[in-house]
Amino acid sequence: MTNTDQSRIRNFCIVAHIDHGKSTLADRIIEKTGLLTSREMQAQVLDNMELERERGITIKAQTVRTIYKAQDGEEYILNLIDTPGHVDFNYEVSRSLAACDGAILVVDAAQGIEAQTLANVYLALDHNLEVFPVINKIDLPSAEPERVKNEIEDVIGIEAHDAPLISAKNGTGIEEVLEAIVKKIPAPEGCADDPLKALIFDSLYDSYKGVIIFCRIMEGRVAKGTNILMMATRASAEVVEVGYFGAGQFIPCEELSAGMVGYITASIKNVKDTAVGDTVTDAKNPCKEPLPGYKKVNSMVYCGMYPADGAKYPDLRDALEKLQLNDASLRYEPETSIALGFGFRCGFLGLLHLEIIQERLEREYNLDLVTTAPGVIYKVHKSDGQVIELTNPSNLPDPSEIEYMEEPVVAAEIMVTTEFIGPIMELCQERRGRYLGMEYMEETRALLKYDLPLNEIIYDFFDALKSRSRGYASFDYELKDYEQSELVKLDILINKEEVDALSFIVHKDSAYERGRKMCEKLKDEIPRHLFEIPIQAAVGGKVIARETVKAMRKDVLAKCYGGDITRKKKLLEKQKEGKKRMRQIGNVEIPQKAFMSVLKLDDR
Amino acid sequence: MRAPDEAGFFCPKALGVYIHIPFCLRKCLYCDFLSGPADLRVQERYVNALCREIREESTKYRGYRVETVFLGGGTPSLLKGEQIQRILGTLYGCYHMAGRCEISMEMNPGTADWEKLTVFRKAGVNRLSIGLQSASDDELKALGRIHSSEDFFHAYRLAAEAGFTNINVDLMTGIPGQTPESCQDTLEKVVNLKPAPVHISAYSLIIEEGTPFYESTPPLPGEEEERKLHEMTRDFLRGQGYFRYEISNYAKPGFACRHNQIYWQRGDYAGFGTGAASLIDNVRFTNSRNLESYLNNERKRTDCQHLSLSEQMEEFMFLGLRMTEGISSRQFLKNFGKTIDQVYPGIIDKFCGQGLLQRRISHKDGEWISLTDFGMDVSNYVMAEFLFT
Repeated sequence: MTNTDQSRIRNFCIVAHIDHGKSTLADRIIEKTGLLTSREMQAQVLDNMELERERGITIKAQTVRTIYKAQDGEEYILNLIDTPGHVDFNYEVSRSLAACDGAILVVDAAQGIEAQTLANVYLALDHNLEVFPVINKIDLPSAEPERVKNEIEDVIGIEAHDAPLISAKNGTGIEEVLEAIVKKIPAPEGCADDPLKALIFDSLYDSYKGVIIFCRIMEGRVAKGTNILMMATRASAEVVEVGYFGAGQFIPCEELSAGMVGYITASIKNVKDTAVGDTVTDAKNPCKEPLPGYKKVNSMVYCGMYPADGAKYPDLRDALEKLQLNDASLRYEPETSIALGFGFRCGFLGLLHLEIIQERLEREYNLDLVTTAPGVIYKVHKSDGQVIELTNPSNLPDPSEIEYMEEPVVAAEIMVTTEFIGPIMELCQERRGRYLGMEYMEETRALLKYDLPLNEIIYDFFDALKSRSRGYASFDYELKDYEQSELVKLDILINKEEVDALSFIVHKDSAYERGRKMCEKLKDEIPRHLFEIPIQAAVGGKVIARETVKAMRKDVLAKCYGGDITRKKKLLEKQKEGKKRMRQIGNVEIPQKAFMSVLKLDDR
Repeated sequence: MRAPDEAGFFCPKALGVYIHIPFCLRKCLYCDFLSGPADLRVQERYVNALCREIREESTKYRGYRVETVFLGGGTPSLLKGEQIQRILGTLYGCYHMAGRCEISMEMNPGTADWEKLTVFRKAGVNRLSIGLQSASDDELKALGRIHSSEDFFHAYRLAAEAGFTNINVDLMTGIPGQTPESCQDTLEKVVNLKPAPVHISAYSLIIEEGTPFYESTPPLPGEEEERKLHEMTRDFLRGQGYFRYEISNYAKPGFACRHNQIYWQRGDYAGFGTGAASLIDNVRFTNSRNLESYLNNERKRTDCQHLSLSEQMEEFMFLGLRMTEGISSRQFLKNFGKTIDQVYPGIIDKFCGQGLLQRRISHKDGEWISLTDFGMDVSNYVMAEFLFT
């Protein structure tokens, strides 16, 4: 299909709240259009990272092209651009949406609209996408499709009365969805004879092909030999191959032209040169202006990552280097901790991004990591007028040099059934939230709006939210601003020695509570030694909480019986093994998990 | 199979024999040994299978002389006198037995009677180990023991009358409800027995996985209290002339249990019965714990491990240090061709500095390294350091 009729292309995405069935619907569409037989079909083709399958979320955007023979007798090319489904990746989502002309809104027939449904739908409408809803999971006994339809019309204001009622799981109603894609989503616009203008919505590093650019051609055409220029990064290269996306494979073709979605390879070595949102143009015949919306992505959350075994430092560095090839939003720079030795301060889009990177390092690169408490970027205004962006609490200047500090604040929207409004408001209050307002979606559900300091939500806010609403609250946020705040550095002293890797920045009103919890937690984690070990939390040299690990009095095995030495040795080996996973701070041995266990302090 | 001694004579090697009897009337609440109640028919089949194993394995031990035998369990005294007689008879028939062979048997006070004791004695048993744990009936009940303290005193009297002079009494500290007073009372009652026991084992109660106590732990004496009980016991027994020769074992001079010393000194020993372990020429093997297959004479070895030189060193250290005399630096050098400080650089000195180990020079055989009293309290902490893993 080299000569594609632009009017028979449909570029679309699926938006939904987590778990409402986005990936399952995508699978059914692929299956139904015959791209894969069901035997070839491994559940959820699009979420192809092992981690994605496990967590049931999409981390990296995936794209697939299928052919659908519609009821009008014509064959249509359907380009499905699957978007990441988490607030950490909002910018990536917005770029994927910009590559589409329409969106399918999937809403769970039992749960109705959730916080992410709204956020995603507004994002899609902002990009002028044609959005049509489908009601999924109608096979559930608790399904209430009529109620949900009304909700969609009332709350979002898009027409929903003819929304296909489907069960992606069972495959019912998929035909109807495909017809709706053809009828409701407009064909792409743009002229193939104008200068090349293509939007990068993702890129991927392949060790053979170099960087593979995922793009939507807005105007013009690109083929092998075209000299392309990335307008924001100013990188240029000669195209080696263009093509489109089969299921899980790249299929080369002659040329990509306006309206098409496909990939470009050009022996580019680094994904940093192919930033998401950048515009690809022809270096010889450039377009006048780049596409709007390009933004440099910034890390929001930082933490220290250290190899559990200090000798693995070079391995960690190599692994981070490799991951960064594919993930331009991952930042890292070497740092040294007195407690943990050599490691890296790493920057992430959010906590989920952090967890994903951490798990990939552990699984794919077989590294045992010690991670310090995640923190946000604070702006430290010094008396001499200098402003420092602080990512590592240990680098906080002396309080006498600080004029004031600022912390990032997010605008959060929490959707919750009315019975849990109380507990959720209480939670937001505890987390220093500023109440902005509340809207009733319908009688039983409300949307709470809060400004929340980012550092209050990066630990365990989501868990707390879920547990205090019995799983019913949903949550979405975006970075709003930096605000001045009374922040202090909380230090932890173990046996009178400050452990740098345990220091963190906290609002002065929460310092005592957090310090106390940290000490309690560490007391449980640090094994007894031959001597007593004080654990103290201090702010500016003043101790605000203390616990004590008592001295070891007894560590002896029971009766050693009948010459069964093997069992005894196993017990000793276990003890020794445990010791190996310890970090020596002064003359105290601290298990590595102690550094991580302090990350989760919410004890409700 | 016989090795010539220094003078050129062929002399047999010493062997310890452990015989496991996996039966008891009822399992105590803290017990995690391989043991349980069984009907008389199973017991009889087990004795037959045991005799068969002892007989069949004997070809392996032609070059050995049995110096010690230990009948452990479970409760070996649960068996009939005649059954013990048959087991030991098989051993006497197929093995080269030393003239002064130490033959120990464990006994539960609730299972002893005069008739049995005289038959045990006649069968060759010359050392009894009686499990008392505590002289307080409340504490015995808390442990789930099947006997009262009166049962014990009765059994002890019978044993003495039957001619047993080498008797051990097992005691325990850290029992639910135990107080310094009750502990003192137990100790006094035991050392004032006539004749006084020549050997006392004093263990700390440890909650092991898989026991009823692990599932629901009763209120135990606090840590400080338990240590006090332990120290009290140690100091009292020393004052009464019992020498602490191992972490949990005290004896009048000349009455240390020779069988246990074989384990700690890494001598050769053969184990018979379910789950019994053996160590022969630095090869360690263990019988399967499965009773059913053992009864059918399908004996399986669950493992068979040739100990490497470094494994031998580890065991030399952590077993040897259980004994108060500790380990001989010269012996280490002789066995392994390297000095301890070469193999474990800095470790001995570190522990000496922490007051956990001590060095002692004997004019006869050079340096010995041993645990201090405090080191014995935290022996795992010290011993784990001598592993290479």
